[in-house]
Amino acid sequence: MADININTVNKYYGDVHVIKDVSLDIKSQSFTVLVGPSGCGKSTMLRMIAGLEDINSGTISIDGQVVNDLPPKQRNIAMVFQSYALYPHMTVFDNMAFGLKLEKRSKDEINERVQEAARILQIEDYLHRKPKQLSGGQRQRVAIGRAITRKPKVFLFDEPLSNLDAALRVQMRVELAKLHDQLNATMIYVTHDQTEAMTLANDIVVLDEGIVSQNGSPMDLYHDPNNLFVGGFIGSPKMNFISTKITSKSSDKTEVDLMGSAKISIPKTSASASEGDAVQLGIRPEHLTVNADSDGSWESKVFVVEKLGSGTFLYLEKEGEPLVVETEGDSNIKVGDTVKVGFSASHCHLFDSSQQAFK
Amino acid sequence: MSILDISLIVCLGIVSFILYFHISNYILDFFGNNNLKRIKFENSIRVLIFIAPACIILFIFILYPVFETIRLSFYDKFGREFVGLYNYNWAVNDPEFKRSIFNNLAWLLVVPTLSTFFGLIIANLADRIWWGSIAKSIIFMPMAISFVGAGVIWKFIYEYRGPGDTQIGLLNAVIVSFGYEPQAWLTIPIWNNFFLMAIMIWIQTGLALVIFSAALRGIPKEMIEAARIDGASELKIFFSIIIPFLEQTILVIWTIITILVLKIFDIIFAMTNGEWQTGVLANLMYDWMFRGGGDSGRGSVLAIVIMIGVFPIMAWNIYKHKQEQKI
Amino acid sequence: MNKVSLRSILSQLLLLLFVIIWILPTFGLFISSLRDKDLLAISGWWSALTTTNVNEIYRMQGMDEQNQADNYFIITDNLFKKNSGKKIETFGITSKKINEFKVGEVAIFKDKSTVTVNEDGLYIWKSENEFTKKKGKRLFITASSPPSFTFDNYKEVLFQEGIGQAFVNTIAVALPSTLIPLIICSYFAYALTWMQFFGRDTLLAIIIASLVVPLQMSLIPILTIYNDFGALFGVAAKSYPGVWMAHTGFGLASTTFLLRNFIKSLPNEMMEAAKVDGASHYDIFLRIIIPLSIPAFASIFILQFLWCWNDLLVGLVFLDQVPSEIILTAKLKELLGSRGENWEILTTGAFVSMTVPLFIFFALQRYFIRGLVAGSVKG
Ligand SMILES: Nc1ncnc2c1ncn2[C@@H]1O[C@H](COP(=O)(O)OP(=O)(O)OP(=O)(O)O)[C@@H](O)[C@H]1O
Ligand SMILES: [Mg+2]
Repeated sequence: MADININTVNKYYGDVHVIKDVSLDIKSQSFTVLVGPSGCGKSTMLRMIAGLEDINSGTISIDGQVVNDLPPKQRNIAMVFQSYALYPHMTVFDNMAFGLKLEKRSKDEINERVQEAARILQIEDYLHRKPKQLSGGQRQRVAIGRAITRKPKVFLFDEPLSNLDAALRVQMRVELAKLHDQLNATMIYVTHDQTEAMTLANDIVVLDEGIVSQNGSPMDLYHDPNNLFVGGFIGSPKMNFISTKITSKSSDKTEVDLMGSAKISIPKTSASASEGDAVQLGIRPEHLTVNADSDGSWESKVFVVEKLGSGTFLYLEKEGEPLVVETEGDSNIKVGDTVKVGFSASHCHLFDSSQQAFK
Repeated sequence: MSILDISLIVCLGIVSFILYFHISNYILDFFGNNNLKRIKFENSIRVLIFIAPACIILFIFILYPVFETIRLSFYDKFGREFVGLYNYNWAVNDPEFKRSIFNNLAWLLVVPTLSTFFGLIIANLADRIWWGSIAKSIIFMPMAISFVGAGVIWKFIYEYRGPGDTQIGLLNAVIVSFGYEPQAWLTIPIWNNFFLMAIMIWIQTGLALVIFSAALRGIPKEMIEAARIDGASELKIFFSIIIPFLEQTILVIWTIITILVLKIFDIIFAMTNGEWQTGVLANLMYDWMFRGGGDSGRGSVLAIVIMIGVFPIMAWNIYKHKQEQKI
Repeated sequence: MNKVSLRSILSQLLLLLFVIIWILPTFGLFISSLRDKDLLAISGWWSALTTTNVNEIYRMQGMDEQNQADNYFIITDNLFKKNSGKKIETFGITSKKINEFKVGEVAIFKDKSTVTVNEDGLYIWKSENEFTKKKGKRLFITASSPPSFTFDNYKEVLFQEGIGQAFVNTIAVALPSTLIPLIICSYFAYALTWMQFFGRDTLLAIIIASLVVPLQMSLIPILTIYNDFGALFGVAAKSYPGVWMAHTGFGLASTTFLLRNFIKSLPNEMMEAAKVDGASHYDIFLRIIIPLSIPAFASIFILQFLWCWNDLLVGLVFLDQVPSEIILTAKLKELLGSRGENWEILTTGAFVSMTVPLFIFFALQRYFIRGLVAGSVKG
């Protein structure tokens, strides 16, 4: 229905350069998630697509039409805000009908569309209430309902779930995924919660200080982070990083020092790397196994044990660098124990001094 | 004019403004289209529709008069011939002007101080007494009354009858009951100023009171409780916690009352009309506006002197505003 | 514990003292306006609250009222108005001995006519000879007078002294002078907050500066403009629309300032949601800003209305001081000058002028206070 093309867009607030040469192609009917740490420019990106913020240079086009100068109402989009932004003096029905009334739709059509949206979101019983009389989750549904009734080509969500408690967030997440299937619309979704990003997205765009760090499917980002930032950002708990050095390099492998005498040979290379370079070795906690010998291994003392029932996190320390291990089930390892953790070379990531990943 | 006529023009006056906004916006929407270039143009027209009436009025009633008054102050009484500093020269040498300045200064010194002081005390007293809000209402009430109305009320307090007669003024009745001679309070130079100031204090204390009450509610309870646990006396708490906390508020109230007092006119006009040496700048200006057909030059000089009085406050306000914009 | 309660009692007493001092003047005015106008000028208002002894002089009826019965000529009447509630204790027939006789005793004049006075004021004046004087003789009485109140003053003031007309005039001045700036400034404040245009910040700074510009600065030039305008178009220079616009001009800065502060406090995202929903600035203004600003409007309405209602200077300068245009405060001031001794007119007039403010005050105090606290600085 609607492709969105963003072409070398820049945005300044006064002297502050918040969006730097961002180019993106968002495919029709995809669910694209913008993630990144706080202040990286996610909301700004979204608001530029919505038309709420001017663009300093570059172009944004929807369905091939450049929309830089179009006001929001002519872009055929709908937006759901973090604070819901419901109109407090209107009932739920009027909130959802507001856009339609402005389009001067007929009464019947308005009624029909609002009822339909209410049915999808299961808020039919609250239509006569004011926003004040609703719970946070219900308000969020109304905010989404307000977007749905207008049948836009593009839905924009700015951290819609961040004001909800954890359980509700999971529930709404599922419903949003369902909604996307039902509506077949393009959705762009901003969050700084990487779990939401991983579960909802067809496509994740990682923003870092106004630059697109990486853009791809969730699994691409998980398995093949382009750089240290994406590696660290995607995945929970965070990827472990260990500073080390390249000891030797071949055409398809790079060997690095494993602190102590051991070395490990990782099947990734980088053209710019050379022997003796300092690099960061990255391994995800779930790829470390306790008391197993593999391509590489360390021995270390356990400082903290966190039991979650489904799994256990062990916090170790290696040469002053913290190391997290995720094991399955209830482990009987205690604080103070020394354990050996092993990992396979194929699970290792390498990042050079400019934080770029070895491929 | 009958009541019907009056209500008709009242309605007409109000409705015409509503219609202006409604019709102009409607026309704009009606001719509006989605052409890209037109959007920007339409937006500017919309801004114009929104701000034009206010801007025009602002210009005619505030901005232009400020400059015109400054110009007139250098012209003769009809505003026709340039006379240089003649009017200023007159003012500096005029004994009435000097007295007015002196009286204005006295007002500026006494009224804001005492109003703020009483307001602060009453706010603190009323804050912890169950009938405090009723007390606050009563003390606040004069705020709703006109200065002239207050003048009549207080004329009744200061009323003077000869020594043998029954005093119908409260103040003299009290004095006489203690065995003193009754006084014609408003005709005793110098002192009469203070009797007039009492009226203003009576009115403005309410203002200080409500603003202080609102501010007092903002003081964290824990802070005071902590001090109490540390063994601080109530007086100590008042001076070392409450007063510093209210510093900003005190300043705000002080400024508001100062501005009011600078242009005080009604009370004096109604009570003494500036006689018995009670005149202030605003009264003197009114006199010169209408005395002998009016003297716009001298009147303007007096207006400018009042303006100079508020100037520091104006500069401070703008400075503060600029600071806030930055955040 | 003891110390605390002592302090509490002391502070209650202190507050009570303040309250009494503050309420007394207004209370006195109110009582006075309800008193008989003759008493008003000869005794303090506080004496009306208790039963007091008053010394009064009355003149009996003259020869026209005499009747003849049993060889006597009789004049009889009551000294007091109906239901005055006064009780006579003693009376006299010369100014030197005003307490000469007790109630019921018979007093004999030099001409041999006799008079008896009852407690309730009824007197019987008898003479063997026909009364020949147009005026009757004087009686000096000492009576106890219970508190008594009347609305006579209000009737007189409202319908004979022109205060009623002035009241209507004041409404005709104050209502438009409040609503017009409210209408204009709400659009203005909206534009200053949510619209982008060149010079917005400068305009805002000008508004802030104008907040404190004394209205004296504007009087002379505006009066000149009005005079020129009137002469040019052959209309009256002083008129209601002129006052409305003057009040609008002088209230513009503070109204705009307060409204802008309020509109600015509304959530940003809500406006943006409306924009995305397809609302134009006018839609947002009408359907979102206006309904949400009602409490702010109430506060500002009250402030500006009271200001206009209580204003003297603007009404004095921009209106003719004729019955069809004079406002209450100007009327009161006029009465203060010309009828300074007619206390019943003054007190009652003042109280009439205070009715509307006091009503607003007691009914809408919350909004009034909110408006003031929002930082009202009036130019
Ligand atoms: N109106 C503004 N004026 C100046 N700077 C702004 C403005 N709005 C945002 N910024 C700055 O632009 C940067 C990006 O802001 P943005 O709101 O897009 O962050 P974000 O990624 O949405 O963060 P969060 O996750 O906290 O919502 C931030 O550094 C912010 O301080
Ligand atoms: Mg954000």
